[in-house]
Amino acid sequence: MRWSFLLTCATVLVSIAPSTHATEDLGDAEAGKVVFAQCQGCHQVGEGAENKIGPHLNGVFGRKAAGLEGFNYSKSLVRAGNSGLEWHADTLSAYIENPRAFASGTRMSFRGLKDPEDRANVVAYLRAFSDNPQDIPEADPTAKGTDHSIDPAILAIQGDPEYGAYLSSECTTCHQIEGGDEGIPSIVYWPDEDFVVAMHAYKDKQRPHPVMQMIAGRLSNDEIAALAAYFNNPE
Amino acid sequence: MTLNRRVFLGAAGVVAAGLSAPMVLAQGKPRVVVVGGGAGGATAARYIAKDSKGEVDVTLIEPSRTYYTCFFSNLYLGGFQELSDIAHSYGTLAANYGINVVHDWATGVDRDAKTVSLAGGGSIPYDKLILSPGIDFVDGAVEGWDVSAQNKMPHAYKAGSQTELLKAQIMAMPEGGTFAMVAPPNPFRCPPGPYERISMVAHVLKKNNPTAKIIVADPKPKFSKMALFQEGWGNNYEGMVDWIGEDFGGGNVSVNPDAMTVTIDGEETKVDVCNVIPAMKAGRIAEMAGVTDGNWAPVNAADMSSKADPDIYVLGDASQQGDMPKSGFSANSQAKVCANAVRSALTGSKVFPAKFSNTCWSLIDTNDGVKVGATYEATPEKIAKVDGFISQTGEDADLRKATYEESLGWYAGITSDMFG
Repeated sequence: MRWSFLLTCATVLVSIAPSTHATEDLGDAEAGKVVFAQCQGCHQVGEGAENKIGPHLNGVFGRKAAGLEGFNYSKSLVRAGNSGLEWHADTLSAYIENPRAFASGTRMSFRGLKDPEDRANVVAYLRAFSDNPQDIPEADPTAKGTDHSIDPAILAIQGDPEYGAYLSSECTTCHQIEGGDEGIPSIVYWPDEDFVVAMHAYKDKQRPHPVMQMIAGRLSNDEIAALAAYFNNPE
Repeated sequence: MTLNRRVFLGAAGVVAAGLSAPMVLAQGKPRVVVVGGGAGGATAARYIAKDSKGEVDVTLIEPSRTYYTCFFSNLYLGGFQELSDIAHSYGTLAANYGINVVHDWATGVDRDAKTVSLAGGGSIPYDKLILSPGIDFVDGAVEGWDVSAQNKMPHAYKAGSQTELLKAQIMAMPEGGTFAMVAPPNPFRCPPGPYERISMVAHVLKKNNPTAKIIVADPKPKFSKMALFQEGWGNNYEGMVDWIGEDFGGGNVSVNPDAMTVTIDGEETKVDVCNVIPAMKAGRIAEMAGVTDGNWAPVNAADMSSKADPDIYVLGDASQQGDMPKSGFSANSQAKVCANAVRSALTGSKVFPAKFSNTCWSLIDTNDGVKVGATYEATPEKIAKVDGFISQTGEDADLRKATYEESLGWYAGITSDMFG
């Protein structure tokens, strides 16, 4: 898995302009900014962004569909949100490919972006206006492209999922294995790297939460890798 | 991978046949009996059943068909939770985990025959017995009070009808009336519990009966999260709470349930509600099993096994383990260490090192949550504290709100960890 991730990275890095840090197949944010020009007639993003014809797009990652208070969404999108649709890289991409196909009653009158690279790029651009995965619990667990300074040797550790399953019982007192995230974030199905980076950020007290600093503080590198391996795909 | 029991049997079968086989092997499936379906017992039963994947027969003995968690019962008193929010049933443990749930009282343990007798008749054999019976009260701990007075002066320290009764009494207090609490001496279940309760009662009275008073007679000179609670009482319920600690005679208390009076250090006061939380001891079955020493049951830190009997384990409030507070979180944490050890003893599964942790959240007022927590490790002598933290006085409102919301998330997490 780690290998396939590295290979994807390498391909992307070779084929697209140099990027400051590794991003999976998320796309190129600079190119996405250009694509976003098509969206600007209705949507604002960035500092001071407000709702216009469409809702502003700050913090859209991880947000429930039709989840912005004070914006008058179509019933169709409200229903989708209530049925559990959240905006992540994959759902955003599917939506902007053909909004009406995705949510038939949407008021978003846009014919869609057919080119997968354009979509990946614009999603990468929007990603910059959502919380960074360093800042969990606010972060979007499926966010990609983590900026960190973790030793590659630590990231390369292959975790033992069986040990992780035992260690996980300390986590599941608070974090639900089914992934509920009211008050306490979901920690299941994260990419291994995001999990490891987050735990080391607590261990090193870069992230502020006292319970997590305490729990992570006594986990070894191998134990963190084991937990990442387990929670990546529990059962 | 790991040493699988069948593989082990296959290799050792020829040799074992000629010797006296261990009991576990002779009788087929090993049997675990768990007494008490709270944070310790329900968690242990669930983890053993879940992780042994049918290799271990698990029976859970718990008299209540509906279990009310003691944690969050104060929030019910404060009007932040409905009683139904803290009620749980054992259906999922039976249906999805194959646990044999027996709603009956365990009335005795025969350690030689390795059986647990039931109030309804009959007995259940075990290879390993896990006792997680919570607490009972020490007889004569508060002069004038015994369990027969609990209807007039409720303890509400085992959640359910007692909690409902106390709430009804608070709501029926006359204008400007007096709520009294007799707080327990150490060690007791849920160290911040009495003080969170005071906060919740004050919250309700401030809304409905703002001239009412609260007096607390406490045999201790200090208590858990004291600075945080006292700051909160001063800021939110100014002049309402009168805490009388050991230095002012808080430990010299008697009550008269018929006259509804409380006498603190010789001074008698007529009160409208009196919440008596007496000194505590391990739930009685621990004593009947002969695993207690004084009020509590000493255990080995590495696996929660009783110091009196290697086939009996004691979890949670009833155990005497060292530094961990008696809390639902602690019991849940201990249960997982115990489940891992019991499963290993019975099926040869891998044993991982014991790790324990605890966090206690308390609510002081609306969106004003605080917490205290620590991590622990097993040493040869006891469960020893490694590291800890506590909320600070003067924290901003956003952090307090986030802490409260976190406690709601924790409640959802731990109850699904217990009941599936």
